[in-house]
Formats: sequence, C-alpha cells, structure tokens
Amino acid sequence: MFKSVLPALLLLLGAGTPWPGKAEIVHSERSLYRNIMVEDKGDLRCLRFNVKQKKSNQSCLYKSQPQQLVFNYTKLLFSGLILNSQPERILIVGLGGGTMSNTLHQLYPDARIDNVEIDPAVIKVAREYFGFFENERVTAIDQDGRLFIKRALMKKQQYDWIILDAFNGEYIPEHLLTREFLQEAKQLLSDNGVLTSNTFSNSGLYAYESATYYDVFGDYFNVRNSVNENRIILTAKQPLPDMKILSRRLDDLDKRLKPYGVNIKVIFALMTQASQEKDWPEDTRVLTDQYSPANLLNID
Amino acid sequence: MFTRWQNPLIYSLAFCSGFSIMGIELLGGRILAPFFGSSIHIWGSIITVFMVSLSFGYLLGGKLSTRAASLKRFGTIFVLGGIFILPIALYANDIMQAIFLKIEDSRYGSLMAASALFFIPTVILGMLSPYSVRLLVKNKNESGQVAGVLYFVSTLGSALGTIITSFYLVLYMEVNQIIFTFSFLLSLLGLIAIFADKVTKNTAMPVKDQEARHV
Repeated sequence: MFKSVLPALLLLLGAGTPWPGKAEIVHSERSLYRNIMVEDKGDLRCLRFNVKQKKSNQSCLYKSQPQQLVFNYTKLLFSGLILNSQPERILIVGLGGGTMSNTLHQLYPDARIDNVEIDPAVIKVAREYFGFFENERVTAIDQDGRLFIKRALMKKQQYDWIILDAFNGEYIPEHLLTREFLQEAKQLLSDNGVLTSNTFSNSGLYAYESATYYDVFGDYFNVRNSVNENRIILTAKQPLPDMKILSRRLDDLDKRLKPYGVNIKVIFALMTQASQEKDWPEDTRVLTDQYSPANLLNID
Repeated sequence: MFTRWQNPLIYSLAFCSGFSIMGIELLGGRILAPFFGSSIHIWGSIITVFMVSLSFGYLLGGKLSTRAASLKRFGTIFVLGGIFILPIALYANDIMQAIFLKIEDSRYGSLMAASALFFIPTVILGMLSPYSVRLLVKNKNESGQVAGVLYFVSTLGSALGTIITSFYLVLYMEVNQIIFTFSFLLSLLGLIAIFADKVTKNTAMPVKDQEARHV
C-alpha cells in the first residue's frame, strides 16, 4: 500500500500539485449517460463524470497553457507515435474534453482526425469549455464506437492510428473489449496502423483483457508507470518491431512532443513487451461477444 | 381434473416463464450491442419490443384459454416458447447483419432487430399468464386472489431472472448457452405439464364417475 502511495505523493509534490486553491463548478449537467461536471481549480480545468469518486477526472487542461497535457495516461497514449510517427488518418474513440484531438491536430495539421463519442452532451461540453474544435480535417461524431468501426469497415476506410479511450474505472463498455470488436478494429487499421488503448492495470479484469488482446494482436506493449493505475496497450496490425529499431526514432519525436509536456524517451522506457512478461494465467478466458462480463470481472 | 400438485405446478411454470422472459430481455442488450451499440435507444428498442409482444401475448393467451383450456395445451405453449427462443441463439448474427446492412439509423435498426429476434417468442411466453389464470381459477370469487398470486409468482420470477442472469449467469456461461438453457428449461416444463395432464386425466376420470354416482 505505502509503496505505491508514497511515490505518487512525491510525484504530485515534485510536479507542482495540480489542485491549488478551491474548486469551482463551472458547469454541470445530467446527460443521457452520466453526470457531467466542469470544475475549475486555479489554472486547472477538469471534466468530471462522477461527483463522488476522486479518480473521476476524465480530462483536464491548464487554462493558461492549453497545449500542456495534464494527465499521465494521455501522455502515454503518444507511445503510438513510436510505432508510426506519421499518422494521416486518426480515429479517437471516446472524446473526453477533446484535448487529444486538439493536440494531434496541432502536431499533424494535415491529418484527418475523427472523434467518436457516444454522449452528445460530452461533445457539447468539450466544445464549450475545453476549446475542442472541429474543422474540415477534424470531426466529432455522436455514435457508439463499435458501430462507427463496423460502418467504417463497410465503407472500406482505414486508419493509421486508432486511439481507444472509452473506458473509465467505473464503467467499461463491454462490447468494446471483446475478441470480435478487436478484430474489427484491427481490420480497420492500415498496414502500418497502430492501436493504443487506454485501460487499467490493477483490476480483476486485467488477465482477461490481456488474454483477449493477445489473442487478437499477438504481442503488444504495455505502457504504464507504477504511479498510475492506467495502462496503455500499444499494438499494431503488423508484428511489433524490435525495441532497438524503435529506439532510433525517439530523438526526432522527442523534439516534436516536448512542447506538449510529453517526454517520449521516458515513455519508451516504460514500455514492456507482453510476450516477455506473460503476466496472466495461461488458461485465462478470452472475452467474446458471447462472454463479456467485463464490468463484473472488474469488481475487485 | 384437479389434484393437489396441479396448482403448484402451474405456479412454478409461471415463475419459470417470468424468469426466462426477463433473462432473455436482459441478454437482448448484449446480443444487439455488436451491431447496434450500447446507446440508450438500444434499451428503448428492447423494452418496447418486449412490452408490445407481451401485450399481444396476453391478448392471444386470454383468447386461447376460452376454448378447451387444458394443462396439455398449456404445456404445449411452453414447448413452443422453448423452441421459438432457439433462433435467438442460432440465427441472431445473420439476422442482425442483414438488418445492419439495410438500416443505417441504429435506432430503427435495433428496433427491427429486436422485433425480429424477440417478438414471436415473447408473444408465446406472454400467452402463459392469462392461460394460467384460466387453469387456476375455479370460481368467480377467488379470481382476483388467484390473479394476484399468479402475478406475484411470475413477476418475482422476472425479478430473479433479471438479477441472476445479470449478476451471475453471464459470468459463467456464454450468451447462447444461457439461451439454450432457458429453451431446455421451458421445453422440459412444458413436457412435464403435458405428462401431468395425461396422468390427471387417467386418475381424474374415476373420481368423476364416483361423483356422478353419488349424485
């Protein structure tokens, strides 16, 4: 217990505590799916889905420096760029405050970015309070992610980078964590396409999730640090390249990502290959459309 | 015709049909999700289709009970219910695929899919409630009482079907396995009812004869 809490505290102090002063609720509404709250604490503005839980911040930004990413797990998602540093078509499932979309548009002004979000109220709040913007290259679609991917497949579309960010600790869309779904997502990837998935690393679901990703993609990278409960699963349509080859790409990426507070070298150091760890039991059941009690398995 | 265990049998059958209906309704969300997602309107479609089909089932069941009501026919409805839920497990993907390709709007797509999958079996299972009342009521005075107990039993079955399916069954079984289990259970109960009907007829006849002689 202490072992995990202490570094977390140190990190918070070291990084300058993100909660200075009192919180002020700027906006709150009840959507079809959840309670949505926008909260300001000093320079920090956060989107929250749940009033009571502490860990319910979905998306935050510094009002004075909107391009500085706040959350570790958001930064970890950028590991996708190590596998493919020139994505031209990007699909983000789960909008949150839209910070990922905004950042990627700045990084890749020519890339097509499609954001899919099930809750229209979240899209609205992202636009109004988080500076999320759409233009001829960036779109937001109010749809279930599974459906969007199925329809996109029918239209023979492809993406170089799919970012799955539809999970939170409280509720998992179970149909986005099955073998069939991951196969569909994999099919939607272009030949050098990459998938990053923001999930967890602590719950009882961990083994099932690992077994399912491994079943569909083969090897993948775990990207996580000891402080955060999130883990990013990083994988691709093609078999994963060697770590040595990947490390050569870091210098160039590092320069481009620095302004956003993303230290890609640190992130690279956090990457581990699932095939070498195999930290889930051999006989773990794969989640399928027929068997996907993710939310029940997630109850620790 | 009436024996000591006949009423408990009817009540248990009503309990099990309530259990299965809600178990299937709950799985409906899981079945539709791969094609129509888990947006709020999916549940709208499912609940609507179940309510509409139950209401038609009540109507038909009531009508059917006016002609030669018997435990045998009651059992037959169960067996039919058991058979007609099988396509949910066997053909759901093909049916949903076809609808998915035809209808772009996932609201109407899910409504169509829910109708195609659940309408017929739910109508059949809905027929059971009024039919049970017909079999249970022996005189006008007790009809309200009987209906009350019956609703109690079948709705309690529905509640348990909902919670047990969502809390436990989906943890241990695949969706299709649960559907097959419900199908087997309903068919088996139907056959028991049909069998019971035979037994009671064989034993009931002499009783009737006796009564006739006493009169």
